[in-house]
Amino acid sequence: MEKKVVATSSLAGCFGCHMSLLDIDERILELIELVEFDKSPVNDVKKFSRRVDIGLIEGGCCNEENVHVLKEFRAQCKVLVSVGECAIMGGLQAIRNTIPLKECLDEAYLNGPSVKGCNEESIIPNDEELPVILNKVYPCHEIVKIDYHLPGCPPSADLIWNALRALVLDEKMEMPYELVKYD
Amino acid sequence: MTKKITIEPVTRVEGHGKVTIHLDEEGNIVQSRLHIVEFRGFERFVQGRPYWEVPVLVQRLCGICPVSHLLAAAKAMDVIVGVDPEDLSPTAEKMRRLMHYGQFFQSHALHFFHLASPDLLFGIDAPVEKRNIIGVAREHKDLAVQGVMMRKFGQEIIRLTAGKKIHGTGAIPGGINKNLSPEERDFLLKGKNPLNADKMISWALDAVNLFKFYHASHRDFIDKFAAFPSNHLSLVRKDGALDIYHGVLRSIDQDGNKILHDVDYSDYLDYIGEEVKSWSYTKFPFLRHLGKENGWYRVGPLARLNTCDFIPTPLAQKEWEEFKAYTKGKPNNMTMHTHWARLIETLHAAEVIKDLLIDPDLQGEELIRKGDKKFEGVGVIEAPRGTLFHHYKINDDDLVSMANLIVSTTHNNEPMNRSVRLVAEEKLAGQKMITEGMLNAIEVAIRAYDPCLSCATHAMGQMPLEVSLYNNENELIDRFYSYRRG
Repeated sequence: MEKKVVATSSLAGCFGCHMSLLDIDERILELIELVEFDKSPVNDVKKFSRRVDIGLIEGGCCNEENVHVLKEFRAQCKVLVSVGECAIMGGLQAIRNTIPLKECLDEAYLNGPSVKGCNEESIIPNDEELPVILNKVYPCHEIVKIDYHLPGCPPSADLIWNALRALVLDEKMEMPYELVKYD
Repeated sequence: MTKKITIEPVTRVEGHGKVTIHLDEEGNIVQSRLHIVEFRGFERFVQGRPYWEVPVLVQRLCGICPVSHLLAAAKAMDVIVGVDPEDLSPTAEKMRRLMHYGQFFQSHALHFFHLASPDLLFGIDAPVEKRNIIGVAREHKDLAVQGVMMRKFGQEIIRLTAGKKIHGTGAIPGGINKNLSPEERDFLLKGKNPLNADKMISWALDAVNLFKFYHASHRDFIDKFAAFPSNHLSLVRKDGALDIYHGVLRSIDQDGNKILHDVDYSDYLDYIGEEVKSWSYTKFPFLRHLGKENGWYRVGPLARLNTCDFIPTPLAQKEWEEFKAYTKGKPNNMTMHTHWARLIETLHAAEVIKDLLIDPDLQGEELIRKGDKKFEGVGVIEAPRGTLFHHYKINDDDLVSMANLIVSTTHNNEPMNRSVRLVAEEKLAGQKMITEGMLNAIEVAIRAYDPCLSCATHAMGQMPLEVSLYNNENELIDRFYSYRRG
């Protein structure tokens, strides 16, 4: 059987869902017999080398770069999965959706006590190399079609493992109640 | 015509970063920058939340070292509920320490085995498809299993002290919410091979020896690659010992002279300022009395082993003495030696974990203390990647009114940029053909700092590594991703 190909990405989030994937521990050895990895931050494959079977998305969209990467994943992945609360709901950082973006920037770069007296020119980062920040943090399914959602902050390693195995082997997924957490 | 090279995203680091390098017609480096490209806005949006919620909120800054943020915030909140951080119950302090040393163990193991080891095992310009943990698992299975199990052991400690491997709840203002049961203790102390404290000490020692073995045959690379003199900063225990949970702030210059003399971290604003640059969402901290030009410093494993006077566990102390002897007692400014320092700390963490596990205080019943409420608190801790500052004010309704965070990777912003520049000068300047291996060399320098770009983007951003090539007219000539051959 040809191995299924998996790609992963972390958009605006904390990388904890990727860490939870690594928490499958010794099952990593089993995983690499089952799948091949394409674009992912855990290897050095920086651009898709082909169309892949499964895409795992951690994080929501807080800037234009996130949106770009997410759309690329949708185009390149047959099945796309939102992993964790940031991908599913925007996550903790979506608290900023009730606050004007300018207030967030002012607080970090102008008003914070350790920048006081150190930012004479009142610089707020703004450079062509920096992606434009969105007015709000968006969950992934508001930008592209998402096929599956894995809840949790982060989803447990067992849940991610069960989901990946089911998708790879084309089996029905076991999702016992104890593994589903909305924290 | 100048050329611009972009490396994006920077991979095998935690989070998102990007490098741009501008070259002139002769191929000289005109400008090089490591950009941190995401912004999340924590300082503002935690305002209005109740103070007791903050430790579990802010640990979502980072999924790699959530315990650091949980503990730094909890230490700040200890002050707010009127408990001096040195006056926690013994059970509370030791449970927190166990959680933190467990985190050090897992985070350092993750960095060395999963992220950095492919560069050392296969070489900087090895084929891309091999240069990752899966490549390590295929060709050095025992080593990969060792790395995976070491990380697992650290994660199990976090689970048993914080309730969950990632984003737990263990530390609360004034103490902790659970102790360690005898069954849990025995699981870690006498667990089935290899998951027990003794095996972890022996594996950590093996890892230090592996590095030394590599160093012996790659001396030029390890000693010279991206090396440059700098100041160093960390917490140290009041008697000068290495301590990652609590202490005073010390900084030394490149020759070892103290430039910050063991000061109370609550007064950090008197000593540390942050510069803002237009091209990165991550700020540039510096020691105020030395100014922006000269006041920058490194934090993390290399800095800690430079600032401390000794390591308070025997095996790590012995390794530290050898580490110090290599530079004849002077501060070590060799960037790639950060890996050596990190592994010595991994060994130290394993020793401390064992000492804590046999301490009956972990089964104590006094979990929490309270005092007179205060309206402001500062919590500082040594995270795996360096010194981490959390500072909060609350109002009469117990809601946060001010939050200021200076995270480890932020302190290393200037040093990482210097490393990028040095490697660009050495590997890219004057080259007609830019190869993928040359670009990976830049990432190798960044990886030595084990930057946590998730932490660094708390302010609002994201950091993948990309290199773009621009010409003198600032036209984009080419954009490189490490996988691609120029």
